Amino acid sequence: MSDVRLSKYFTSALWDYNVALVQMLALCPALAVTTSATNGLGMGLATTLVLMMTNAIISAMRHTISPAVRNPMMIGVIAGVVTLIDMVMNAWMHEMYKVLGLFIALIVTNCAVLGRAESFSTKNPVLPSVLDGAGMGLGFTWVLVIIGGIREILGSGTLFAQASLLLGEHFRWLEMTVIPDFQGILLAILPPGAFIVLGFLLAGKRIIDRKVAERRAKTHGELVVLQ
Amino acid sequence: MTEMDSTNSSCPNSGANATPAPVAPSSGLKARIEARLEELRPKIEYQGASLGAICALVAFLLLVGNSLTKGQIEQEQLADRLVVLRQVLPAELYDNNPLVDAMKIKDETLGEVEVYPARKAGKLTAIVFRVSNIGYAGPIDQLIALGSNGQILGTRILAHKETPGLADKIEISRSDWITVFNGLSLENTPMKDWAVKKDGGRFDQFAGATITPRAIVKSVVQALQFQARQAKQLSEEVKP
Repeated sequence: MSDVRLSKYFTSALWDYNVALVQMLALCPALAVTTSATNGLGMGLATTLVLMMTNAIISAMRHTISPAVRNPMMIGVIAGVVTLIDMVMNAWMHEMYKVLGLFIALIVTNCAVLGRAESFSTKNPVLPSVLDGAGMGLGFTWVLVIIGGIREILGSGTLFAQASLLLGEHFRWLEMTVIPDFQGILLAILPPGAFIVLGFLLAGKRIIDRKVAERRAKTHGELVVLQ
Repeated sequence: MTEMDSTNSSCPNSGANATPAPVAPSSGLKARIEARLEELRPKIEYQGASLGAICALVAFLLLVGNSLTKGQIEQEQLADRLVVLRQVLPAELYDNNPLVDAMKIKDETLGEVEVYPARKAGKLTAIVFRVSNIGYAGPIDQLIALGSNGQILGTRILAHKETPGLADKIEISRSDWITVFNGLSLENTPMKDWAVKKDGGRFDQFAGATITPRAIVKSVVQALQFQARQAKQLSEEVKP
């Protein structure tokens, strides 16, 4: 397995097989928590950590997992990892836990975590599984940050509010007020707003993919003509 | 299982590696273990035992994790409570440490209630209660400070697991909703007003979240009624 193939696991997960935009998985946490860009970032990073750890563990024990009982076994591992992270964060990253704590337990029910365990980690060695987890997690993260950012700007007129609580004081510069004295469109913060923004993102990705394919076909066509 | 299946089909990179990783001939022991596991996997005894073993292992790890983090979490929560206590209790009302003087009072409806008495020069000036009611997603832990005249000095949320973005406006860092209770008492607010507007009361619910404010109003009323019911015992027990 060459290095090119290895990095492909990571990069393809960011766009081509994006958890939220292509596989359409994990939409429950994606839509529920993305009322602000900071929430999206926190949820995304926590999910990434969980994905990398569960992928690594399940990949390492993949030969011992019998297909008949694979689901309860994987759920057991995932729930254990998430609960441990929850406890450790509560104890030693208490300030961050106060922001993120609500979301951590939700990760157990994130079907993307079970989905990657099932479709990737049970069939691949540890290193590709970790890379896959990192790519899938970060692919999920950027979608959450964009949905959260759009909803936050439309709903409250701010961007990355409370980011310093999540990332530390050094990141206070991230917090900005995009539209001052803005009452906000309540719809954007409510659940329908999440669906609407997700719809636009899905459409946007399709358009970009089509444009890229057209350009590729065009340059390919020109090459044929030149020959 | 349809979700998982569709994941499979939409991810060519998982299909490409569907067969078990080829084993290098040098690792003889590894190959033998894998071959043995291959034999074992279809057996129902192995399946039950492996599932049991994983559950036992996870449970054990959680026990270890819990015992390692428990003390630290309690400390952090105590520090949180001290910060909240300073928000609900005006500094001029007490010269003791209410957290240290905490006591439990038995009550027929609420069970055991944790009470933090605030004293100034040995005289009881206010009482802080810890009350908890089930919200939309589990218990909402709340501190309520009541003056000796039965007025609410302040109330804050200690911990909750309500929906982020909708119901977390009960936190003072996100909205000042929780301050509507300040100054209210059973005397100056008739009983029918102690409910959210949807239920005919006077307190705003949030768009998309009614159950959460309802639980908080309930906690506040419970604390007020508790104080009225236990007034005698409180004034006796609280004596230094």
